[in-house]
Amino acid sequence: MPTKLPPWVNYGLLPLMNLGMAFLVAGLIVVILGESPIEAVRLLVFGAFGYGEAVGYTLFYTTNFIFTGLAVALAFQCGLFNIGGEGQAYIGGLGVGLVGIYIGHWPVPIGIMIGIMAAALFGGLWGFIPGWLQARRGSHTVITTIMLNFIAASIMTYLLVDPLRREGQQIPESVTFDERIWLPQLHEVFAELGLAIGRSPLNASLFIALVCCLLYWLFVWKTRAGYELRVVGRSEAAAVYGGISPARQIMIAMTLSGALAGLMSLNEVLGAQHRLTLGFTGGYGFVGIAVALMGRGHPIGIILAALLFGALYQGGSELAFDMPTINRDMVVVIQGLVILFAGALEHMFRPWLEARFARPAVPAPA
Amino acid sequence: MSVAVTAGQPAPAVALEGVNKSFGPVHANQDIALAVQPGTIHGIIGENGAGKSTLMNILYGFYQADSGRILVDGKELVIKSPEDAIAAGIGMVHQHFMLVEPFTVLENILLGAEGGWTLEAGAARAREELLRLERDYALEVDIDARIEDLPVGIQQRVEILKALFRGARVLILDEPTGVLTPQEADHLFRILKSLKEQGRTVILITHKLREIMAVTDNVSVMRGGEMVAHRKTAETTTEELAELMVGRKVLLRVEKRPARPKAPVLDVEHLEVVDELGVRRVKDVSFTVRAGEIVGIAGVAGNGQSQLLEALSGIRRITSGRVLLHGAPVLDAADARRKKLGHVPEDRLRMGLVRGFPAYENAILGYHLLPAYAEHGFLKKRGIIEHCLGWMKGYDVRPVAPLLQATSFSGGNQQKLVLAREMEHDPDLLLVGQPTRGVDIGAIEFIHKRLIAMRDAGKAILLVSVELDEILSLADRIIVMFDGTITGELEASAADARRIGMLMAGIREEMAA
Amino acid sequence: MEEFWTQALLLTASTFRLATPLILAAMAGLFAERSGIVDIGLEGKMLGAAFAAAAAAAMTGSAWVGLMTAMGVSFALAMLHGFACITHRGDHVVSGVAINITVAGLGPVLADAWFRQAGRVPVTGEGMRFRSIELPFAQALADVPVVGPLYANVLSGHNILVYVAALSVPLTAWVVYKTRFGLRLRAVGENPSAVDTAGISVTAMRFRALMITGLLCGIAGAYLSIAQGAGFTRDMSAGKGFLALAALIFGKWRPVPVLFACLLFAFADAIQARLQGVDLPLVGEVPTQAIQALPYLLTILLLAGFVGRAVAPKAIGQPYVKER
Repeated sequence: MPTKLPPWVNYGLLPLMNLGMAFLVAGLIVVILGESPIEAVRLLVFGAFGYGEAVGYTLFYTTNFIFTGLAVALAFQCGLFNIGGEGQAYIGGLGVGLVGIYIGHWPVPIGIMIGIMAAALFGGLWGFIPGWLQARRGSHTVITTIMLNFIAASIMTYLLVDPLRREGQQIPESVTFDERIWLPQLHEVFAELGLAIGRSPLNASLFIALVCCLLYWLFVWKTRAGYELRVVGRSEAAAVYGGISPARQIMIAMTLSGALAGLMSLNEVLGAQHRLTLGFTGGYGFVGIAVALMGRGHPIGIILAALLFGALYQGGSELAFDMPTINRDMVVVIQGLVILFAGALEHMFRPWLEARFARPAVPAPA
Repeated sequence: MSVAVTAGQPAPAVALEGVNKSFGPVHANQDIALAVQPGTIHGIIGENGAGKSTLMNILYGFYQADSGRILVDGKELVIKSPEDAIAAGIGMVHQHFMLVEPFTVLENILLGAEGGWTLEAGAARAREELLRLERDYALEVDIDARIEDLPVGIQQRVEILKALFRGARVLILDEPTGVLTPQEADHLFRILKSLKEQGRTVILITHKLREIMAVTDNVSVMRGGEMVAHRKTAETTTEELAELMVGRKVLLRVEKRPARPKAPVLDVEHLEVVDELGVRRVKDVSFTVRAGEIVGIAGVAGNGQSQLLEALSGIRRITSGRVLLHGAPVLDAADARRKKLGHVPEDRLRMGLVRGFPAYENAILGYHLLPAYAEHGFLKKRGIIEHCLGWMKGYDVRPVAPLLQATSFSGGNQQKLVLAREMEHDPDLLLVGQPTRGVDIGAIEFIHKRLIAMRDAGKAILLVSVELDEILSLADRIIVMFDGTITGELEASAADARRIGMLMAGIREEMAA
Repeated sequence: MEEFWTQALLLTASTFRLATPLILAAMAGLFAERSGIVDIGLEGKMLGAAFAAAAAAAMTGSAWVGLMTAMGVSFALAMLHGFACITHRGDHVVSGVAINITVAGLGPVLADAWFRQAGRVPVTGEGMRFRSIELPFAQALADVPVVGPLYANVLSGHNILVYVAALSVPLTAWVVYKTRFGLRLRAVGENPSAVDTAGISVTAMRFRALMITGLLCGIAGAYLSIAQGAGFTRDMSAGKGFLALAALIFGKWRPVPVLFACLLFAFADAIQARLQGVDLPLVGEVPTQAIQALPYLLTILLLAGFVGRAVAPKAIGQPYVKER
């Protein structure tokens, strides 16, 4: 949305104000429940960063959110709202899972590389479907992605309850993959170097996520393809005028978006659990929406917002443990509030901010 | 300036005193004073952006003035909303109709004046009243027809009926003839005259001098947000009004040498374009544009010119017929550009520019696939900015800031940016739609000069404009469109406003015998 | 044959019960969308109402208080949506998603804090739930061939909210097509400028529409926790709000077709439990998940235009700004 605000306000002050409002409301809820918000924040921060393991877990969650945040952000660049991160990550996990189950024993790093490709491919497919429907049939991505989330859950439940289920067990999950396809966990890597950083599922997919951030930045702002995508996102009429096919860009955007969400499964399936489980996406697809909105579509912003939510998730666990009145779902509440203030109410502060910080309008020529 | 009220005369039907209105830094109305005598047709004339519509919207309660008074029948009133205005007996027919398409005429008229909590009772009473109004003012309309099925001229009658139904004694019409043929406009004027005879007051906002002279009793001239003159229509002339409107003697013709056209560049053969709703917009149109000439397409807006331009530039699908550029058909917009076609669109802000993008990113819209702008898929940002800088200087785009967002430039500068882009890529054929709409006078002269220069350099130019003066001034050959067809084609030297006006009304010359 | 008939009757009764929240939510959505507001948040309002109903009923011992509270909470959420979309011209979809997620978290948080039962609110006491109602003469007519069992088992024996849902459809149709409010509502969704120039406040109309949305969703949510179910559990709305939205699109925003769409989806739900482990001809055993996914699949097929085109109110999703 065109803005008269200088970049530091648009990317710095505004998100902070939105976040502040979200925390204010959350703090009010905490007070209503009879606890001290200050104490809650203290527990949260300590729980997220206070010791080695905590940091590891925080970064582990952050990795998930970088992937899903990038996915939502990329779709936004084309003017599309991708709420299907959950389903795309889930199906991406199916791809990775199949690789892990059947060819997990292939030599390192071939298995991992194929796994990465499978995650992106399968997730991309689940993004392509709503993209095609929007481009060729005019079906609104919001509804179709929501529907596909549910369908993905049905598919995965069926697969994990029956065909893919580990023999002789009732739990709906697959066999554990051969170690050759496990993504190295960072605490093990550091241990080799003689450093102890606390056990956590934090693994190499963090670096894959950061690489994706770089690729996202390059693609969106530095390439011709990204330019075409952005034109469609801002103005379909201008795109058609400029010889750019909106249908094509929409499909590309949704497919890439789905691929990014699909990659999230690497972190959980290959990096942490080493097998395919039910519901490993755990709502992280929706967090991506909050992350993308807070990060205002910029890769640095997304990393910071992902870090924030990673801290909230990890800290939130600790908080729920030490302050039993507030349970883990408080983090979900904050997530929703962030989306509310950074997304739906994003214009609320704008008039006030524009009055203070806007560049003066250019006067008409004499 | 203030308006004297002579003792012994009836109070003005409507009077405005000291009205001011600003939108941010733009001072749309400055200290306006106006008095409209009852039982008269009062014209308000001014160019695009003079502030006429804003003023009337204040009278109708759509906007609130920053300061000033409104008096109706001599009594000061506070009009905070259209509801207040309607209660005061003021009705308005907007330039863009305020009708609900899927509703019937009756439903549209009932909206806001339903006469009750449920629709049935109010509908029966309304029906009676409407039939009476239709008879009294020659406003025949099928009450149960759906708006989306009715032609534009009839839709306008619905708007008038709406206002009368609510008891409007003062009727404001904002640019009513923009979408009408001259015939329909004449019928409208007859309706206005019968309204006047029945004692109602009419305020007519227009930028067309001929209308003022034809139908008004008094006229007020607005320019740049100020009210600059009041005259009795019988005591003034079009020249005087035009001068008051523009503020200086208007140079209606650009200096140019005669054209020297060469080979045909564009061949249009039996072109048919049907739009998304299945309406035939372009019907069996054939013409040619040669290198080194400017062909102007004249016509009232809405007669298929927009669809024609879109079809020629590859944006809109052709139903049948052929469009040949250098003998080869144009497949789509990207293909058109490859074949050296440039297109300055009618709606620059919606189509020609991406609003949120900086100027330099807009400078390559449509041309971004050229090797000059990207290498191995990566944009050459520095090179693009340099190009943009050069164009901005060459076309006097202010401020010279390639990184500035498109919306921060004024209308005229935006247009110059789009023109620069399309012209500097050296097209063989340039399609131009409404090049000077919403553009200030200085920029208009510049744009006209550039178009002539291109033509002299051997390019082919197709100009579509609803401003007849622009066509007469620039075109070497004039094609007139009416209702999707070509009603006439003539050399500029043989053309005059009257002849073209008739063609625009659908009267082919053979028929006029 | 007798067996089949009985099964059919039970299935129909079941369909009505399962359709109730969908119908109420769909009618709620109809008012919002006809006025030009996209409401993805039907799900969140239902869930919030479900929690509120259960909590209030459990704490006060009265189902009616539960219902009132549920309607109040849903109303408040609808007003929040209006505040974001109308007052601050926020994106309708983002607002809906935000409300859904916030409620999804807030429900269990409050449930845990106040009831300490791992995010659940059980409702088991006397008078805390809506019980089934027998229509007059149901028992007496039960033996009449054909009509009797139909009356006794399918039409009678539901709780009051089911009948409310059934009534909501003709009521909605009447309001939307036969009243002044309905005319203005439809106009606002198609051409807000026309409404503005007629002297009617676009903002007020949209807020009024959302008020109705809130109240109806409140009933839908209350049904889930204190009529159909016995308490609140996390995520208990299970996508019904989205199904209602789908039914709305399916029925092209008209009350009676929307009703049929809801019944269709509910039927798929009702039949799913009965088909478990049953061998169908040709196909063999159909996995339950496939049937569970059926409504979502149908919706996608509809949106893809394979089942007809759906044309939304023209001004939907666009904030109304007076043009300069």
